[in-house]
Amino acid sequence: MSTLADTRLHSPNLLRHTPLATFLLIAFIAIPALASPYVIEAILLPFLALALAGVGLNLLTGYGGQVSLGSAAFMAVGAFAAYNIQLRLNLPLPLTILLSALTAATVGLIFGLPSLRLRGFYLAVSTLAAQFFVQWALTKFGWFSNYSPSGVISAPGMTLLGYSLDSTTARYLLALTLVTLLTLGVWAFTAGPLGNDLIAIRDNETAAQIIGVPVLKTKLVAFALSSAIIGVAGFLWAFTYLRTIEPAGFDLDRSFDVLFIIIIGGLATLRGAFLGAGLIVVFPLLLSRLSAMAFGGMIDSGVLELVQRIILGTLIIAFLIAEPNGLAAILTRVKRRFARNTL
Amino acid sequence: MDWFGFLFLIEVTIGGLLSGVMYALVAIGFVLIYKTSGVLNFAQGAMVLFAALTFVSLVEAGVPFFLALIISAAIMVALGFAIERTVLRPLANRSPMTLFMATLGLSYIIEGAAQIIWGTEVHRLDLGISNAPFQIAGVFISTFDLVAAGIAGVLVASLTAFFRWTRTGLAFRAVADDQFAALAVGLRLDRTWATVWAAAGIVALVAGLLWGARLGVQFSLSLIVLKALPVLVLGGFDSVLGAIVAGLAIGAAEKLAEVYLGPFVGGGIEGWFAYVVALLVLLVRPSGLFGQKLVERF
Repeated sequence: MSTLADTRLHSPNLLRHTPLATFLLIAFIAIPALASPYVIEAILLPFLALALAGVGLNLLTGYGGQVSLGSAAFMAVGAFAAYNIQLRLNLPLPLTILLSALTAATVGLIFGLPSLRLRGFYLAVSTLAAQFFVQWALTKFGWFSNYSPSGVISAPGMTLLGYSLDSTTARYLLALTLVTLLTLGVWAFTAGPLGNDLIAIRDNETAAQIIGVPVLKTKLVAFALSSAIIGVAGFLWAFTYLRTIEPAGFDLDRSFDVLFIIIIGGLATLRGAFLGAGLIVVFPLLLSRLSAMAFGGMIDSGVLELVQRIILGTLIIAFLIAEPNGLAAILTRVKRRFARNTL
Repeated sequence: MDWFGFLFLIEVTIGGLLSGVMYALVAIGFVLIYKTSGVLNFAQGAMVLFAALTFVSLVEAGVPFFLALIISAAIMVALGFAIERTVLRPLANRSPMTLFMATLGLSYIIEGAAQIIWGTEVHRLDLGISNAPFQIAGVFISTFDLVAAGIAGVLVASLTAFFRWTRTGLAFRAVADDQFAALAVGLRLDRTWATVWAAAGIVALVAGLLWGARLGVQFSLSLIVLKALPVLVLGGFDSVLGAIVAGLAIGAAEKLAEVYLGPFVGGGIEGWFAYVVALLVLLVRPSGLFGQKLVERF
């Protein structure tokens, strides 16, 4: 009986992963071959970095139920750690990325400590401490930016096994590889025993503790892992997209962006982070194109930015009211309807 | 420490306490809403900006001072009702975190709208209060800060009186105490929430005028929300008294730290010092100094 059930489960499972495989094939082979550099530089690179940050925050907020308003701080830690490690230790690139992720994890662990004692809003507000402290420290202590007079550093070139990774395509492939690997890693984590512990704590901390879930350990692991992933996202943001590193780029607004990504995309879904990031990146570009077409540059960029803020705020509220599970839930619904029609 | 050093210490402390009053003023708006609806209203800072911009623009358009005050107050009340109708009511019975995120969105909308309607330039706001410091026993105190503290005191007193002696105030307290019981005895939750948001709008107007007179009315006014948050955390989200005490404590601690600790770490610590103080207190008392203890029952 059980073998029969197993085999039955197996084939739909394989089918379920075909779309993912197709996606990856397109992303790894078709896009580098066909997409224009503009599309990669202006859309895909920020998209990948923000999507990864979304994945990292989703681990903490979506699966763990701990709201953080300090994501950009950990992005900054990742970016500046990578810069300093490359500058001072001159290690191979994978090791640099690994060490900067570990640095972000350590900082995340420190700022995650209050979560052992604080709940809800008290915790959310205390994560702001990370946001302001990290930004202040990076601006104040010149050592972090190697005493650059303006505080804005251009990211040094990246090489892997002797090949330079500075071309647009190479940076895109590097970002894509990292994002794919880390997302698969998070997927495995959330599906595994530790992920179950985390979800149990989110849903009912006291009950989780009673059935023997190690609450403290799980929370800290979630903070460390989430910060490490967000740190790598910060590395991608600075090294592959902007190619400059400055504390001002990792301000509170960036933290909110990452939070909005997972609200709009859908909490506790990995594809939600990607859908939300896509919206956050494409929407301003689309809006400025639209206004240029409709009003022919009559609206100045300042007003446009304000309109963008209003629309973004409205979107957030609309999603919270009408579709709390975000774009991911809409996508599932659309797919189900599509499947029903084709059958 | 010599005599002058001591005088300086007193002066810094008093300056800090008085700026703490200003923090408390913003924090009270939060407490009002949190107490009655359990929402941490991140948009409070945006409301401060909106109120101040509305008032300044009216005055600059030639509207007399008191008429402008009344019109801005009316607009803030209308805004409170509108928010209840469009944001809170559809989100009733959702988790507090969801409501918090909705107010994040709300703050984006209000900030954007305020600047589109009234423009983005910095406005000077003169309330006719002198900014000249005066001297008591060798200690300089700013007149403006003292008047601001007086206004804050009047505001708190009238809020307290309102809560204690009016029917609406009684309804507020009932809703804050137990929403379901209040509903059961026939109180209109939606109307109470709308009123309390309107009241928070008035508090935002007062805070906006005082802060605006000090810093100029501009976008950065909405960032005082970030100054009020550690005050809230320290005082407890649901205590007006807590907001005042914590405001004073954080104001004083911040100024003292900036003067006596700042030089050792390169200054500019104002941005995060309050948060660290609040965090350290929270580690000992997780619900703040005066906050209601969270008892979890299942």
